[in-house]
Amino acid sequence: MKDMNKIDDNKIIGTQPDSRGHFGPYGGIFASETLMAALEELRTAYEHYLQDPAFIAELDDDLRHYVGRPSPLYFAERWSEHLGGARLYLKREDLNHTGAHKINNTVGQALLAKRMGKKRIIAETGAGQHGVATATVAARLGLECVVYMGVEDIQRQAINVYRMKLLGARVVGVTSGSRTLKDALNEAMRDWVTHVDDTFYIIGTVAGPHPYPAMVRDFQAIIGREARAQILEQADRLPDALVACVGGGSNAMGLFYPFLDDTEVAMHGVEGGGEGLETGHHAAPLCKGRVGVLHGNRTYLMENDDGQINATHSISAGLDYPGVGPEHAWLKDSGRASYYAATDDEALHAFHELTRIEGIMPALESSHALAYGAKLAQQMTPDKIIIVNLSGRGDKDIHTVAELEGMTL
Amino acid sequence: MSRISRRFDELKQRQRQALIPFVSAGDPNPEVTVPLLHKMVAAGADILELGVPFSDPMADGPIIQRASERALAQGMSLRRALEMVSEFREQDDETPVVLMGYLNPYEAMGYEAFAKAAGAAGVDGVLTVDLPPEEADEFVEALDGVEIDPIFLIAPTTTPQRVAAICARARGFVYYVSLKGVTGSQMADVDSIATKITEIKTHTSLPVGVGFGIRDGASAARVAAVSDAVVIGSVLVQQLEALEQNPEQIYHKVPTLVAEIRTAMDAN
Repeated sequence: MKDMNKIDDNKIIGTQPDSRGHFGPYGGIFASETLMAALEELRTAYEHYLQDPAFIAELDDDLRHYVGRPSPLYFAERWSEHLGGARLYLKREDLNHTGAHKINNTVGQALLAKRMGKKRIIAETGAGQHGVATATVAARLGLECVVYMGVEDIQRQAINVYRMKLLGARVVGVTSGSRTLKDALNEAMRDWVTHVDDTFYIIGTVAGPHPYPAMVRDFQAIIGREARAQILEQADRLPDALVACVGGGSNAMGLFYPFLDDTEVAMHGVEGGGEGLETGHHAAPLCKGRVGVLHGNRTYLMENDDGQINATHSISAGLDYPGVGPEHAWLKDSGRASYYAATDDEALHAFHELTRIEGIMPALESSHALAYGAKLAQQMTPDKIIIVNLSGRGDKDIHTVAELEGMTL
Repeated sequence: MSRISRRFDELKQRQRQALIPFVSAGDPNPEVTVPLLHKMVAAGADILELGVPFSDPMADGPIIQRASERALAQGMSLRRALEMVSEFREQDDETPVVLMGYLNPYEAMGYEAFAKAAGAAGVDGVLTVDLPPEEADEFVEALDGVEIDPIFLIAPTTTPQRVAAICARARGFVYYVSLKGVTGSQMADVDSIATKITEIKTHTSLPVGVGFGIRDGASAARVAAVSDAVVIGSVLVQQLEALEQNPEQIYHKVPTLVAEIRTAMDAN
């Protein structure tokens, strides 16, 4: 019989990407020549320190005592009964320091920045969670921090903007293009090109030029490693399905990766369906996009026939992105994972339901995963198990929710 | 022999350096571009760099970002940019035209289809900011089929090994990005540019052009003294922005600026 505590090493894990960052036909390095040396320096440092016991020990220590890991795997019993199908377990990344999974990655990249002698940290942010998680680690390490954020998002996420400022970061509003996450990423790249000698760019998701998609996945894979051990301990078996929301895709990749070789575990990524896939107003490149090149990698994109990137729409700023991490593109094509979309309304419904039934207020991003998880659970019997990644908490979104319901706070 | 090589050979005989102005196709509106290209040639441009507007121009500073946005707002596309090259070729079959842009519009059209259309339109070189040589095999193969030169970039941060590798793949000319930064930034000092060009020249006999940060006759003349070609972009685009409502002024002021820079370079 198969030893379920041992992850098989004969299949997918460890095979992707190749040495130049390709996940099948996706990924790669599509960056300005000015950045090529910096990307190579980063790749070398990342590969070196991932094998360095002292680095790993420091990272583990930070994850435990600063982030608060391991995060619980919580059996949502009342919600599962309410839905009347499979048993839903929630991976509580919302309970991490700063309230989302983003800090798993920023702690790791900041330790790398320190080892590499960089004095200045930059980041892009959409919902502000990655910006806050970056400003947090920069404050702790005494590093200068600049966060780029589209002015549209600055308005939607005022609380997170103020949090970043309290933490000592400079938040720069980006007014070009669609004034959201993709434009913040462009502007951070421009900053990096200009200050490439002393600056470390902490990308918040599993996208960008190699080594970012692999590196961010590796820092986020703690989610899946813990969840796998926890479900074996609590249920004495692996889950039937994993569900996570996908903007750039870092929380999903973090949950999925350690399960990739467990072929009996289905994987479902949930994109921002906005007003519905049929309306064109959504943020679902894996469901409805085409393959192209943006932000340093080849992947599925929302674009027009001329290759111009389309503006996206999602109720959740963290999913409002026209691209997606290249490993997701590859998992989709290979059939190992499946991708769906949940609409704004479905996510809002799940937000309320979890809040009222379990006393847990989820982020609107995570609410997309919950919405699809609920649908999936209802198609399955109570002996089945689903793990949903509760990637962040919803405090940051209460203004958005209140406004939609016609309330002023 | 391509138009680019022919042009550099002529210039070498006349001991002149190439002046390469840049404008975005369709900025500030599509009617202006082709007449403006002709007028810049008359004012002393040797090679033309035509920007293909892209929604996410990561390597560009605010001036050229806004140019892209203006052009896209006017309905510009890669197809229309190629039509402009065709139209330009009706009257000028000598001046090389280099497209400058980002990879995704070419991906969307398909490399083969793009190469075929660009070749038919009379494009001579394609400079793609986010396509390093490591990822360029398929694209270069498509361009080879229609004898269009892939123009590769070298930056101040490019390591000696990469300089050698890039020179080995380069054709037409090598484009040296003079500074760490985006288009329109403050120019780097000429000594550092000269040092890097000397290094590049040990690996290739191709001409070396310099761009990013050159904004007037004086700086163009200093760079021309140590290189084979000077690219002027943001300072021209700034004029297009200022004169958006007044195309007749554009036809006067932009070529005048080109002519001033030409004069300063030739006074070397």
